[in-house]
Amino acid sequence: MSEISRADVEHLAKLAHISMTEQELQKMAQELAVIVDSVATVSEAVSGDIHATSHPLPLTNVFREDEVGHVFTAEQSLLNAPDAEAGRFKVPAILDEE
Amino acid sequence: MSTHTHELIRLTAAEMAAKLCAGEITSVALTQAHLDRIAAVDGGERGINAFLHVATEEALRTAAEVDAIRAGGGAEAEALHPLAGVPIAVKDLIVTEGQPTTAGSKMLDGWMSPYDATVVTKLRAAKLPILGKTNLDEFAMGSSTEHSAYGETRNPWDVTRIPGGSGGGSAAAVAAFEAPLALGTDTGGSIRQPGAMTGTVGGKPTYGAVSRYGAIAMASSLDQIGPVARTTEDAALLHELIAGHDPKDSTSLTGEVPALAEIVRGADVAGLRVGVIKQLQGEGYQEGVLARFHEALDVLRAAGAEIVEVDCPSFDYALGAYYLIMPSEASSNLAKFDGVRYGTRVLPEDGALTIERVMGSTRAAGFGDEVKRRIILGTYALSAGYYDAYYGSAQKVRTLIQQDFDAAFEKADVLISPTSPTVAFPLGENDDDPLAMYLNDVATIPANLAGIPGLSVPGGLSEGLPVGIQFLAPIREDARVYRAGAALEKLLTKDAEPLWAQAPELAETSEAAAHPAGK
Repeated sequence: MSEISRADVEHLAKLAHISMTEQELQKMAQELAVIVDSVATVSEAVSGDIHATSHPLPLTNVFREDEVGHVFTAEQSLLNAPDAEAGRFKVPAILDEE
Repeated sequence: MSTHTHELIRLTAAEMAAKLCAGEITSVALTQAHLDRIAAVDGGERGINAFLHVATEEALRTAAEVDAIRAGGGAEAEALHPLAGVPIAVKDLIVTEGQPTTAGSKMLDGWMSPYDATVVTKLRAAKLPILGKTNLDEFAMGSSTEHSAYGETRNPWDVTRIPGGSGGGSAAAVAAFEAPLALGTDTGGSIRQPGAMTGTVGGKPTYGAVSRYGAIAMASSLDQIGPVARTTEDAALLHELIAGHDPKDSTSLTGEVPALAEIVRGADVAGLRVGVIKQLQGEGYQEGVLARFHEALDVLRAAGAEIVEVDCPSFDYALGAYYLIMPSEASSNLAKFDGVRYGTRVLPEDGALTIERVMGSTRAAGFGDEVKRRIILGTYALSAGYYDAYYGSAQKVRTLIQQDFDAAFEKADVLISPTSPTVAFPLGENDDDPLAMYLNDVATIPANLAGIPGLSVPGGLSEGLPVGIQFLAPIREDARVYRAGAALEKLLTKDAEPLWAQAPELAETSEAAAHPAGK
């Protein structure tokens, strides 16, 4: 079940927005196959009637009053921006994709 | 380096605090002594490289403030926190205003957090001079600190070896007397395993006991901030300072913070039921590690502890479950590094300049290999068709592991195991074998999956390198791991110097040390 091909990695890299060279794709496919093989044992360990744990503590319903707390100024928010203009984040074209 | 400096930095944090309080030393002198030590041993080709940033001015300013308050006396001096004036280092995964935070990644090169993590707010309120930020595996992903984008950290016991990871910088800084205390984060062992590798003490609190607000998230259901120190008393003092409910962290626990330092001082194991986990010994564990482990059991038994064996069969699947859950959560948490609002932006070398292509080239250039590996693995584990088999099964294993712990804690008050299967390995040894690297975490991971507290204390040497002994306790029972850990520490140092005092002298490596600037 753990066959993981170069094409699979290419698809995953696209989903994860990481550009990869041909060499990286091949190396990653090999490494992932080994790792996926070793972690695949977990599906053998469980049967259907065990509940899934997503969080270590049974905390539920953490509520608080909906009040305005500390907020950053626009200036502070833009301080680390790679590019900004007129009080806004500046990004390359969002449309016009291939 | 003067004798005085040499003596100051080898005190425990508790001793430093007592001397500051009694007016025998000043915080400025103490902080300067550590800055001198950093200048002497941290830089250069064979230096420890524990620090990514040293905050000389800020640390001295805080120190001077504490000294002025003490000198002034009165209510303000009385109100000072017991650790006021004792310097500390902060893992560079924890955000700090006024000091850069990189997470060990090129992605955050030059980034300045606009806010402090809650634990940093607490350090500042208690007036601990922050010496700087410590090195780590990129985004805390690793067990050796070799995956930092800013060079590896070296183990003070042998500079050709790894200091553990991901918090190798914090552990090495404390072991090398560059800082008496440090903060770490532990997702699968990143505080405890470096503690074991460097002969220091590392604590992973109960999940939620210390606020995660301002810790750059790797795997949110596993991450936990905790103390790094040379003694259990120092770790307990720091744990008490940083613990407590924080409304900014929705997974933060409410309730009283236990008086851990008091428990440490009075620790004994008479009548304590100590459970040896059958699955965390034997195959894969080095002989020397097991020898120190069995000595620890003998010592505890002789002091009145009842040693019992506990069976945790699902632990055989813990590593597999961890390496599905952690990358899954990480792939989601790291999606925010897209070159839009902060951090590095790298434009593609050719072709259309669209946001999608900019994200792709930014993440290609900004992330290192291990981070990419985990993001891709996590994306795979969460993808349609595989979700149930991988992520879903891993979450079920998590339930089984909690059930194993529940059963074990019926028979034992605390559990014990070696912290890591091996002593520190040579730098570069596992470069081409990510899976071998992952095996380092086999004994520490179950605690993160179950959210329980753990503590690694020095258990002696094997082949001249430190071995760590790990204690585990049920959720919210952090006091038990401190009690057991402190008792073992006391028993092992009854007729011997503590391990941290036995570390070899470090050569002065940096330019600054060769030409001291008249300090």
